[in-house]
Amino acid sequence: MTTMATPTQSAPDAPAPHYNPKSESVGTKRAKSTLFHVVALVLTAVVLYPGLWMIASAFKPNSEIGGANTSLWSNNFSLDNFVTAMEGIGGVSTLQFFTNSLVLAIGAVVGTVLSASVSAYAFARISFPGRGVFFGMMIATLLLPFHVVIIPQYIVFQQLGLVDTYIPLLIGKFLAADAFFVFLMVQFMRGLPAELDEAARIDGAGHARIFGSIMLPLMKPALISTSIFSFIWSWNDFLGPLLYLNTPDKYPLPLALRLFVDQTQSSDYGAMIAMSVLALLPVLIFFLIFQRYIVEGVSTQGLKG
Amino acid sequence: MTQSPTLSRRSTTSASPQPRKSRRRGADARAGYTFLLPWLLGFIALTVGPMISSLYLSFTNYNLFEAPKWIGLDNYTTLFQDERFLQSVGVTVNYVIFGTPLKLAAALAVAMLLNSKRRGQGFYRSAFYAPSLIGASVSIAIVWKAMFGDNGPVDQGLSIFGINLGGWVGNPAMTMPMFILLTVWQFGAPMVIFLAGLKQIPNELYEAASMDGAGPVRKFFNITWPMLSPVIFFNLLMETIHAFQIFASAYIISNGEGGPAGSTLFYTLYLYLRGFSDFRMGYASAMAWLLVIVVGIITLIFFRTSKSWVHYSGDSR
Repeated sequence: MTTMATPTQSAPDAPAPHYNPKSESVGTKRAKSTLFHVVALVLTAVVLYPGLWMIASAFKPNSEIGGANTSLWSNNFSLDNFVTAMEGIGGVSTLQFFTNSLVLAIGAVVGTVLSASVSAYAFARISFPGRGVFFGMMIATLLLPFHVVIIPQYIVFQQLGLVDTYIPLLIGKFLAADAFFVFLMVQFMRGLPAELDEAARIDGAGHARIFGSIMLPLMKPALISTSIFSFIWSWNDFLGPLLYLNTPDKYPLPLALRLFVDQTQSSDYGAMIAMSVLALLPVLIFFLIFQRYIVEGVSTQGLKG
Repeated sequence: MTQSPTLSRRSTTSASPQPRKSRRRGADARAGYTFLLPWLLGFIALTVGPMISSLYLSFTNYNLFEAPKWIGLDNYTTLFQDERFLQSVGVTVNYVIFGTPLKLAAALAVAMLLNSKRRGQGFYRSAFYAPSLIGASVSIAIVWKAMFGDNGPVDQGLSIFGINLGGWVGNPAMTMPMFILLTVWQFGAPMVIFLAGLKQIPNELYEAASMDGAGPVRKFFNITWPMLSPVIFFNLLMETIHAFQIFASAYIISNGEGGPAGSTLFYTLYLYLRGFSDFRMGYASAMAWLLVIVVGIITLIFFRTSKSWVHYSGDSR
């Protein structure tokens, strides 16, 4: 697959003028360019509308969200909804939900980076019997609907008394269960020159040394993409916490939001949307900072959003 | 797995050099399994083991509190008489069949629009990608529900044009279009992948076609489509498989019930309700295995038919 086989190429620098500039007059060129921007801007407005509407509504009084409200503007913008949203729900403050989400996300990042990089090194750089078979199985798990494992996993964790702890949510991260990241790192490592390992081996370095001092530093881009995506996926994860967590003071934000929806039921739309904004805030900030990495990661490694 | 031919080619060129001594081969085997240990443990304990036990559970009656009771194929035969199950299949198939092609068509169209050296391309690319990052979250589900509710902005906006549908959320006929719009809205991720693929097509091909007098339509079908076919294939496969697994949005928008009138009872939502509200774990396991089988068959069909329309350009790229 074209996209997956070129892990190190950066897309935006590739030459791609679609039309032959010599054959068109300056006038047509300008008209075409204007048309392009008009179409692209209209599309941008449509695509961004739900996000902007969400942010605007979070600042609007309740009376203006339900009613005739396609508008993104209001004369009564206020922070009231956020004040209500920060109070939390079920006797737990929203700050606590944030902390919970953060603990889970950081655990997911640490676990995934450690386990996926080590496993990927085995797949990419060591030849051992069974490697091809295991690699094929790893790829197959990329396509496997994970619903087939959640029931037995739940039963086992339940019998071990680990329901309502973070262990069921984090253990998979430390065991490289997200095959996407293993695959991403394998692809990246295969793009690194084999002479590096060969030279190090001649100098007497073992695999641990080669991995730690040669591969890891060179893998920084792949490690960063992995960290960003595992953070965001963990931050947005709903099904995992829904299955395993029962007490509200352990809830991460998505679960807290559900509780909020259940208990307020459209009586306080404003606060509900304000809390939704708060829950997305870290993801949006991440996106603004790491935009390039994220979009490049998607385009070169075929990662999902 | 018939992944891509490029994969296997790569592994032969850049894998570790041929070991000369058997001692080193032994050391490599030990090191290989040591490094692979985390994945291997996870694979056995979190994937293979659970898969086998859910296959077993699918032939039993199990409620988490009493020991599983073997009932043979009963779960599977009951499934096909269960109206709610059949409804969930219908809802999900509708969603996959209409949502995925629409999303990919939007992704391809916008990627082709953006595939030029114009200013602002980077900005548009990021702006269009953003929904993919947040689209499956609970927050967006809440926003979607508010936007498509009674007197929400969508209802209000449409009534300006004289279309009075009322709220989509409460109308069984309109919930599917609402979910399809939600997935189409996330066209950014496949678009970015398409865009990377489009940039790999050599411009000379288009120039030569222009000189031969080919118009944009012929250029699309004779150059863009075949050259892009591996990427189209990849996006189609991944998006289809993902579409089957929609959960959080369905759960939030329908309050975890799949209503109104079962119109949002997606497959995974029904599986969840059976397994974790009714504690019919055997029944839910049978559903999970059916999903695996169906996704497996679809994957197989994709790979089989791909030979006739997916062109790998070999080494010429």
